[in-house]
Amino acid sequence: MLYQHPGAFEGETYCPQIAKPRATSYSIFFPVDRVLLIISTICFLAALVRTGFALRTGVFRPGRFNFLAIGLGFIFQTAFLSVRGHALGRCPLTNLFEVFVFLAWSVALIYMLVGPTYRLSLMGAFTAPLVLLLQGFALIAPIDVRHAIRVPPNPALEFHASVSLIAYGAFALACIAGVMYLVQERQLKTHQLHSTFYHLPPLTDLFAAITRLLWWGFILYTIGIISGFFTGRPLPRIQLVAAVGVWLLYAAILQGRYLRRIAPRRVAALCIIGFSAALTLLWGITFTAQTHSVP
Amino acid sequence: MNLFCVGLSHHTANVETRERFAGGVGAGPTLRQAGCAEALVLATCNRVEVYGASEKRVSTDEIAQCLLQNNEVIVHGHSEALPFYRYEAEKCVQHLFRVASGLDSMVVGETEILGQTKKAYQSARTSGAVGPCLHRLFQRAFRVAKQVRTHTEITRGSVSVGSVAVDLAQKIFGELGNCSVLVLGAGEASESTARALVSRGVIDLRVSNRSNDRAEELAHRVGGRATHFDQWTQECREIDILITSTSSEAALLTPANLGPILDDRIDRPLFIIDIAVPRDVDPTVNEMEGVYLYDIDALRSVAEQSLALRRQQMASAEAIIAEHVSDFIEKISWELGRTSPIMGHPPVADGSLRASRP
Repeated sequence: MLYQHPGAFEGETYCPQIAKPRATSYSIFFPVDRVLLIISTICFLAALVRTGFALRTGVFRPGRFNFLAIGLGFIFQTAFLSVRGHALGRCPLTNLFEVFVFLAWSVALIYMLVGPTYRLSLMGAFTAPLVLLLQGFALIAPIDVRHAIRVPPNPALEFHASVSLIAYGAFALACIAGVMYLVQERQLKTHQLHSTFYHLPPLTDLFAAITRLLWWGFILYTIGIISGFFTGRPLPRIQLVAAVGVWLLYAAILQGRYLRRIAPRRVAALCIIGFSAALTLLWGITFTAQTHSVP
Repeated sequence: MNLFCVGLSHHTANVETRERFAGGVGAGPTLRQAGCAEALVLATCNRVEVYGASEKRVSTDEIAQCLLQNNEVIVHGHSEALPFYRYEAEKCVQHLFRVASGLDSMVVGETEILGQTKKAYQSARTSGAVGPCLHRLFQRAFRVAKQVRTHTEITRGSVSVGSVAVDLAQKIFGELGNCSVLVLGAGEASESTARALVSRGVIDLRVSNRSNDRAEELAHRVGGRATHFDQWTQECREIDILITSTSSEAALLTPANLGPILDDRIDRPLFIIDIAVPRDVDPTVNEMEGVYLYDIDALRSVAEQSLALRRQQMASAEAIIAEHVSDFIEKISWELGRTSPIMGHPPVADGSLRASRP
């Protein structure tokens, strides 16, 4: 018997017998989209290997190669999302696999937009491992599951999900900049300067970047939360509380920064904590959504 | 055509000996008379070298004679004491590439030598002393030096206390144009550090000293402004960089008196360069949030780390050079229409050949 599930889309039917997601790959898209994603992952892997090799030889000079490798990886990511989105007839955010890839794409997108200051520094070297981790996990883990019911397009929900994920990308970059800040700060404090020291941006530039990325992320995240109320779908209370919790955490960081109550080092550390919390929340949302049939 | 290099450097000769041969800059015509088809003299404070190309062998004694100042004459048989080295063909090419890349310099990786080499080449080229052989050799040397600088960390970091301080300031603040600097104490060391900062763009420079006259003198010399000594703690609220070198016996800056100042500037780092002995700043100040304290030992330690990093990079640089040496020898032989590679002169007993290194 089909009936309207309280958490389902408007007009969507829900079948309790087949609602549990099947661990079936999107074989109809294989090899095109998956191959694109594998190529993209290889590009990010190349950037990482190059950085690792540079570290081993002591010549830490990311230069053009990293930027080109990440740029190429980004193009293949975009192609993957485009192919899958076309096949699904909606924004490809229907399972955890797609969410991870979209998040990795957002990180790469923000990295490409952040500006030449970071492209020439180690930002790319720090970005590639994160993207690789997200995509690598998405490819290896059995999370690319197909839903039993074809989900009708819901532009409001797609907007909510994609804007929120791009905000996550900005928070991820702020987290990376935070790591770079702490690495640089630690070296300056201890007077032990390593090869990385000479390639990291100045502390004040890094802090300015963290602040900018936090603002971008915060604004997009706010839009994402607000748009969540217009999806035509009731938000689970626990998800809402967690999302508002993350929003409050970032608001507190920005407020502390604005009032000059939190030292830059603590802001950098909080960026790492904030992103970890946001990532946990994202996992929780996607997991809950999957167990409730569709996002 | 045979390529060779004859010279002496800080490795083999003391400064008095180098001075005796420093007149070699204008030795081009004499070297040509001695049989060099092409000749270039590279004379810097650390080395005097002749790079030449000739059909017949020109002895080290003859070249040394050309380089001597004040019409001094080397008596044949007395030249054993002269610490000249001589490199032929491949070794000569390798030596020049090492010199241009800063590997043979007193401070490994210094870049001034490349500019001096370019200047020597230009000068020799203008006077017509450089032919196709040396032209190709030096052009390749400049390429190699650039590649070594780009692909290794050989020039990374600063190796003098003053430049280390400036580099650190740039790593904290980025552009120094917007930074305010307070120099506390009008000593020589603080003056040189202040000058280095001004040369990198610092505009707002304040000088404070117990003797206001000395503060004004120093401020005038470095292009800053003098402030009263009893106001320096107030100045600390506004500045970004503090250079201290007073002769105070007790620490002027402690966590107790710096704490209230930092409360007003939580999001702005404070870089303190303490070059006074005994120190003007309590070392525990470094543990405070946003404060980066470097005393003279810390600055020296950073300079040594940079030097160690440069030395670590020598193997990579040598590998680049080795690749270019074999390629150059092969190409120049082909370009100059020779069937055999560029050859060195056959070795002969040469009393002045004292320091021929591999």
